[in-house]
Amino acid sequence: MLAYPELAAIRLGYGLSPLAPPPADPVALVRSIRDAGPDDQAFSMARDHLPFRSRFAELNAKEADRNEAAIDALRDRVRDTGIRVAQIRMARAVGDPGGFGERLVQFWADHFTVTNANLFDTLASAAFVDEAIRPHLTGRYATMMLAAETHPRMIMYLDQMNSIGPNSVAGRRPGKRLGINENLAREMIELHSLGAGSGYAQRDVRQLALLLTGLTVRPNHDATAFFNKNWAEPGPFEVLGKTYVRGRGKGVVGEVIDDLARHDATARHIARKLAAHFISDDPPEALVQRLTQAFRDTDGDLPTLYLILAEAPELRDCFRQKVRQPFDFVVAALRGCGFTRQEVMALEQRVFHNLVMGGMFAMGQQWGLPRGPDGWPEDASAWATAQGLAGRIDWAMRMLPKLRPDLPDPRAFMQAALGESASDDLRWAVPKAESPAEGMAVILGSPDFNRR
Amino acid sequence: MLSRRLFLKSSALIGCSAAAHPFLSSIAFANAPGENRLVVIILRGAMDGLDVFQPYGDPALRTLRKTLSAGPGNGAHDLDGFFALHPSLAPLVPLWRGGEMAFAPAVSTPYRDKRSHFDGQDMLEAGTGTDVDTMRQRDGWLNRLLQAMPGVQSETAYSVGLDDMRILDGAAPAKSWAPQTRFRLSAQGQRLLTHVWHDDPLFRPAGEQAIEIINDELSKIETETGPTRDAQALARFAADRLNGETRIATFSISGWDSHARQPQVIDRALQRLSAAILTLRKDLGANWSRTTILAMTEFGRTVRENGSGGTDHGTGGAMLVAGGNIKGGRAIGGWPGLGEGDLYAGRDLMPLRDIRAHAAWVLHDLFGVAPDLLERNVFPGLDMGENPRILA
Repeated sequence: MLAYPELAAIRLGYGLSPLAPPPADPVALVRSIRDAGPDDQAFSMARDHLPFRSRFAELNAKEADRNEAAIDALRDRVRDTGIRVAQIRMARAVGDPGGFGERLVQFWADHFTVTNANLFDTLASAAFVDEAIRPHLTGRYATMMLAAETHPRMIMYLDQMNSIGPNSVAGRRPGKRLGINENLAREMIELHSLGAGSGYAQRDVRQLALLLTGLTVRPNHDATAFFNKNWAEPGPFEVLGKTYVRGRGKGVVGEVIDDLARHDATARHIARKLAAHFISDDPPEALVQRLTQAFRDTDGDLPTLYLILAEAPELRDCFRQKVRQPFDFVVAALRGCGFTRQEVMALEQRVFHNLVMGGMFAMGQQWGLPRGPDGWPEDASAWATAQGLAGRIDWAMRMLPKLRPDLPDPRAFMQAALGESASDDLRWAVPKAESPAEGMAVILGSPDFNRR
Repeated sequence: MLSRRLFLKSSALIGCSAAAHPFLSSIAFANAPGENRLVVIILRGAMDGLDVFQPYGDPALRTLRKTLSAGPGNGAHDLDGFFALHPSLAPLVPLWRGGEMAFAPAVSTPYRDKRSHFDGQDMLEAGTGTDVDTMRQRDGWLNRLLQAMPGVQSETAYSVGLDDMRILDGAAPAKSWAPQTRFRLSAQGQRLLTHVWHDDPLFRPAGEQAIEIINDELSKIETETGPTRDAQALARFAADRLNGETRIATFSISGWDSHARQPQVIDRALQRLSAAILTLRKDLGANWSRTTILAMTEFGRTVRENGSGGTDHGTGGAMLVAGGNIKGGRAIGGWPGLGEGDLYAGRDLMPLRDIRAHAAWVLHDLFGVAPDLLERNVFPGLDMGENPRILA
């Protein structure tokens, strides 16, 4: 029988590594999440986004003698930094002994999806993860939600930036084309808190959108969101049966986000999403109930939920019901090959871009570009597709040997990456491969490796 | 241990590998279904039909939209004195004039009010009504069509591209292909992989097809560069297959979710759509005269322009039809109007017809599938109503 540390590292982390043993028990595993906080490689809006974006605007403003060379140089620098973002994220995942913390970073970053439309967005999205997700990984859900919804990148991504109340000071001025945008409000309810089909109405979305007017950011000038009271609809507002009045208490934006984050339907939505991501596409109701109850009892204390997952008997009962997404697949493969965090960072940028990010693209997951604000699909059937699997085998055959010229013996890799979980069929097949590269392809293409 | 949904999906896919057995396919080959061809393009992200086919003859349009959809005065191509075609679809104007393009300006699936892309696309591809939980309905209407057609073999239908095309998921055999992969795996490597996939109901069928993709010379297809490269590659592959044994192909074009800066967003998406249609037309050659293309989206967008130069999720939207065998050069199925009382929920275009009814009549006219089979199995619970006579 697979021992607990290996089981947990495969299911809740990024798989096994020959370099370090995984955390021994649920408490140690949950404690290791603290390592996933922001570190000295963290990105920030103030340092990594704003100076480049405002410089770019400045260079483009000069119609007369545009300095094309300076513009190109800036673009190149931002593009390189964008690749570095992915490289750091992957390096941290590869190097995290427990892996649970980095998996949670991916989970929450996907829950609060912000996709990248241009080069500068990539930097802002990196800052979003390091400023809104990582610092709040082990706090209350409401705290993370507030940080996420009011982060400049989220405001830009969900079109909150130019949402102006029709009865605000600016909205009442004649002749201008101004209006509200419902996008942030809709996704705050549908994706980030209560969940689709949980009993809210279009009216609630509309009211929340009006309430949020004034919350904005000027991408070329600000590193944080601010409140433009000239754009704010005066209110009052009624969202989900509660009335919000501006100028009372700590402010309606914080107040409504706190209420949404602590809503009963939110507890159920987050509980189910965690269970579906970590345990099974169709998670056992008993587990969802335990998580839901704990969310309600503790006011959304995230470590309490993580411990329930780490201790869940369903971890074993539902083994291999999940399929690794391409990012997780690549991380697990690199871990199994004995890569360290430093070695991933030492890969030349062009190599990382072509072989790692290019490989993920062929597997169906283009870095930073899920299809919409609902993030990447969760179901096994979305990833175990003919095209995706062809991409995974192709990567194993053509790209991995370039990343790791001294490829491990496939039999040693099977032991390092899968331990006791390797099936008899796989143990039979691997030694019969014609070449080490094909042996690796058989392992990396197997259900044993792709499921968790 | 398998979850219920996984099991359902898997048992469906096992049907796929069984039907790919040489014995079964040789029987199927004897009576391959007809010469007509269907391409379904899913436009993911909710296309703004009002901007693509601009109803400039409706006086309410100008009050609802200050900058968007400004009609022939702003570069759009007049179609019939009432509708104008978005400037980015200019390359398709000759098709309209030649009767090879039409559109239904106000259609929708039965999906209402929640306006979620995810659920909307699920319902569009599942082809079901609101009485079925789409989360539980894993198969798509194109697959159920295959089940209702005689003489289907595994080459009959193809999904193309990196997206999982739920519209073709299900028990009937179908194939998929994606660009980007090229490598060789020895016969032994293939045998070993087949061995480790053997007992896994999800990986076994996916793996068998993955090996076909890997071995396919066509995966080395040449592609142009530029923003429409992917769309052209998908269309070129689809045309190649449709010129062979394939009769049904489906792929998706994403990038329609134009909440802000709609002119830029929709321009890119329309360029891709136009390139895909023109590539199909060119590469299909003589078979174009036997081909129908349906381009469908999950729902339309708000009739009012929002404050960010975009539009938000709505209800009624447009379906584009093209092909050498259609009766084109016309708008299909009437116009609900944009006046205050005409709108759905006071904000969206009122759909006049279930988009599934149009699709069902096309399937009937193309493949001779009986209406009762279409209403019962392919689109359960649908009332097909009058035939809009989309085909010539």
